[in-house]
Amino acid sequence: MNLGLMLDAMVVLPSGVGLTLTLTVLSLTAGFLVSVPLAFMRAFGRPGLSLAVLSYTYVIRGTPMLVQLFLLYYGLGQIQAVRASIFWVILRDPFWCALLTFSLNSAAHTTEILCRGLQSVPKGVTEAATSLGLKRFQIARLVTFPIAFRISLPAYGNEVVGMIKGSSLASTVTLLEITGMARQMVSTTFAPYEIFIVAGAIYLSLTSIAVKAIQLLERWLSTDGNRVHRRKARLRPPLPDPEITTPLP
Amino acid sequence: MGGFTTQFVVALTVTISLALVSGCLGTAFGLFLAISKGTAQPRLNRVVTAYTTVVRGVPELLIILLIYFGGTTLASTIAGRYVEVNAFTAGVIALSVVFSGYATEVFRGAIAAVPAGQTEAAKSLGLNAWQRWMFVIGPQMLRLALPAYGNLWISLFKDTALVSIVGLTDIMRVAYVGAGSLRAPLTFYLAASALYLSLTTVTLLSIRLAERRYPALGR
Repeated sequence: MNLGLMLDAMVVLPSGVGLTLTLTVLSLTAGFLVSVPLAFMRAFGRPGLSLAVLSYTYVIRGTPMLVQLFLLYYGLGQIQAVRASIFWVILRDPFWCALLTFSLNSAAHTTEILCRGLQSVPKGVTEAATSLGLKRFQIARLVTFPIAFRISLPAYGNEVVGMIKGSSLASTVTLLEITGMARQMVSTTFAPYEIFIVAGAIYLSLTSIAVKAIQLLERWLSTDGNRVHRRKARLRPPLPDPEITTPLP
Repeated sequence: MGGFTTQFVVALTVTISLALVSGCLGTAFGLFLAISKGTAQPRLNRVVTAYTTVVRGVPELLIILLIYFGGTTLASTIAGRYVEVNAFTAGVIALSVVFSGYATEVFRGAIAAVPAGQTEAAKSLGLNAWQRWMFVIGPQMLRLALPAYGNLWISLFKDTALVSIVGLTDIMRVAYVGAGSLRAPLTFYLAASALYLSLTTVTLLSIRLAERRYPALGR
């Protein structure tokens, strides 16, 4: 163990954190935005639609992300039409390829997670919402989705951690995020232990922060008697007693 | 595809054997850790928790790189000359470590899910600790763990692709070499995806079959 090298790594490697976080946050956001409608289709859509979404998630979840990344980065260039189109500006750039792969992956995983959440929303809740006269979109927006999101939050936390870890694959297409910088440092210093251990510690702190943040969010969103909700309930003026307008028989 | 078909066949066996060997080693180690976490003193408990936290919080790719390049450095220092660690061995060690980290948590959760009354009943029947594990807790725990355990195998098959980065000639590596030499990356990576997809499908189907054959007891 060479402590000087470890200190060097501690100074150099954090400059890759920015790219790792950019890739993770952008792909999680894009994946989430895509997955919400897909999850509704998968959970409540017509059988054909549900099957189409399932085939997308199945293929993406059944193949390694590395293969998908190489397919996009190296493979798409083989098609002449792609190289001639305007998308080539984006698709020849490793950053956008990595981002696209990660987003597609995250969308597939999140779709399945949210779908399971949507399916476990109690039926009585949606029936109650229907009986209150809410429209289908209102039910989805105000009732089904918030409940499903709370149910799927622990599983979504795993997906966040998986995405932070998965972003290390970007180093295979020449991007210099944490793993990429670590590999570059190792190839010049020939000291794999020190540098990879420092890189691992950085990843560990990132994933630990993500886990803590998700746990806080879970507690903040939980409905059973937390302090914020109780205070809100106290501040709200008491409802006036409902007046009986219909004559009693 | 030219002569790459035979290479793909060989690579397929390499990938499958890598996954099987590291999966079995990881299962054994994970089971051991989960049992020792359930019974032993708090200090050992903390060590096991630290192990699973670190393994599950660090990218698999980094673990593979650390064990391959670090192992080479270590072996060279010990031998006093340059020794290169076999990519297959490094892959088996790295993937076993990853698999055991996740498997420990799966088994620990399953052990906790077996009702305490079962252990108490077994004790009252006069079974010793070994018999309790073999005949009472073990069978129930394994059935409870089966769905999550199956998912671990699917991720394991996908993680084997990462070992190609340190030079193991598995499916991914053959696709990479073929894509470079025949200038047809799309074809080769699509073939690789199809192979991986069939591997994960077979794994998924066998897990479903096992789940139907051994459903969780008393549910």
